[in-house]
Amino acid sequence: MARDVAIVGVGHSRYGVRSDVNIGELAWESISMALEDAGLEQKDIEYFVVSSVGGWSSEYLPAVVIGEYSGLTPKGTARVEAACASGSAAVKLAYDMVASGSVDIATAIGLEKMNESPTPTVVEFIGRAGNYFWEFHNFGLTFPGYYALYATAYMDRYGATEEDLCLAAVKNHYYGARNPKAHFQKEVTLEKCMSSRYIAWPLKLYDCSPITDGSSAVILASGEVARELTDTPVWIEAIGHASDTANLSKRDDFTYLRAARLAAEQAYMQAGILDGYEMYKYFDVAEVHDCFTIAEVMAYEDLRFSKPGEGYKMLRDGETYIGGKIPVNLSGGLKAKGHPIGATGVGMVAELTNQLLQRVEKDRQAPIEKGRAIAHNVGGTGHYAYVTILSLDRPRG
Amino acid sequence: MSREEKVSQRELFDKQMKEFEEFVESMKDSLGLPTFPDMKSGALQWYDQRWITTRFVISVEGIKEFFDKLIDGKFVTTKCKSCGELYFPPQKDCPKCRKSDMEWVELSREGELLTYTQINVKPYSFSHYDDYIVGIVRLPEGINVTAWIRADDPSKLQIGMKMRLEIVRRKPENYITYEWVPAEE
Ligand SMILES: [Zn+2]
Repeated sequence: MARDVAIVGVGHSRYGVRSDVNIGELAWESISMALEDAGLEQKDIEYFVVSSVGGWSSEYLPAVVIGEYSGLTPKGTARVEAACASGSAAVKLAYDMVASGSVDIATAIGLEKMNESPTPTVVEFIGRAGNYFWEFHNFGLTFPGYYALYATAYMDRYGATEEDLCLAAVKNHYYGARNPKAHFQKEVTLEKCMSSRYIAWPLKLYDCSPITDGSSAVILASGEVARELTDTPVWIEAIGHASDTANLSKRDDFTYLRAARLAAEQAYMQAGILDGYEMYKYFDVAEVHDCFTIAEVMAYEDLRFSKPGEGYKMLRDGETYIGGKIPVNLSGGLKAKGHPIGATGVGMVAELTNQLLQRVEKDRQAPIEKGRAIAHNVGGTGHYAYVTILSLDRPRG
Repeated sequence: MSREEKVSQRELFDKQMKEFEEFVESMKDSLGLPTFPDMKSGALQWYDQRWITTRFVISVEGIKEFFDKLIDGKFVTTKCKSCGELYFPPQKDCPKCRKSDMEWVELSREGELLTYTQINVKPYSFSHYDDYIVGIVRLPEGINVTAWIRADDPSKLQIGMKMRLEIVRRKPENYITYEWVPAEE
């Protein structure tokens, strides 16, 4: 039987344009923080999973570069890729290694240094993330473009507007302005978002997450080891996962992400809480994958925080600020905290661990009453999806 | 949705890169190293002295009929002879019944617009084009086809409208491909 797994240490670099550090230095910021947090040394880590997509950065084998720089060599390692959900994939693999009894302590390290390449090159790389030949080569779709296809269809079907989408940007910048680790620490107004230029119609500059450098790390331990290490373990209660077609044209509907919906249902089933469209009631706080504002709206629906077609109304009613039904993206989300592709999923888990332990900045701390938090991490344009549930209570008691 | 652009994004970007490289070269001449302070943070950067250009060679042997027919002005795809599953993009193998015995069938050239976008900020390899519109159209067969949309007036595009597929030559690369146009035009 699988063993319980707890998070015993987390680290999170400042996200942004990190021209002040190279890849090894950037990873070390998070790794050293996580080791310190857990009270562990490198020798205690039995395996390290590295999530990084790369292509835009110089190091072709980031796992060993990070291992050498951080003193984790000669422990076993591998780099994993699930596009923008790579970080959650790394957490899932580290979780499985501990749960299976293969090791007692493993770490997931997320890293991306996107600004080593100029913007048009990065746009090119991300645009190729789908089906290269049938979508990119002939039709030059971009990452904002893929999500714009969803935004057009969603707004047409449900009557949401560009203003509604901008509300997600306004909220996430509001919290990003309160997070010293965020890429953008400035609030934006609805007018500013609405008057920004189109990147891929109908998505505008402020609908889009930026090109960000950053790292994050979480250290996982078996239940018994966690109990020895800390009085405040945060347990991984469930991880749901799914995928969807490489070609968007192979999908039936462009108003939701099937992979995210499946991953959420799976995670809720594992936690024994799947019922109806008020799933927010089980959680104190959520981090959702708002690479674009439309993605945050679909996340509410795919996580069953609302019925299909009603996610944008949660934004209109301010239900996802602190004090609403469920605060979402109190870190600033991908939109304002930034989206260093491979680091994002690990960063979500680090953020939610800190939220549950009530150790984030006061003006962006969710009230913790239920002791549960949820991370929704999507790779590509709904190509990959992971939904992770964290809990202050030990899953099997 | 403006379609006109006097200077392409590629020309702008290439000009910026040229100026940047000249700056690094001048730094290298004086310092002996390709280092320079980052414009925003002032942090010292090294400009890579090794570079590659990459272009892939992709096998289309298994679906060559698609391209043979496209040259003849026909739009075809594969259908599994054994279970009847229709595939687009065409594929050589049927994972549904695990057989590889396909026949080539012609597809409808008209369908309904499911969704669309206009790409304003382009990837480098598309940065020589004006803003272009990409749409996904559903054929009566239940197959979706992604392609550029050529429209006289993009503001008249609407989800659900009838679209017609045309086989065209993509300029300036000058290869045969297909695009959607509103059925009325
Ligand atoms: Zn078949």
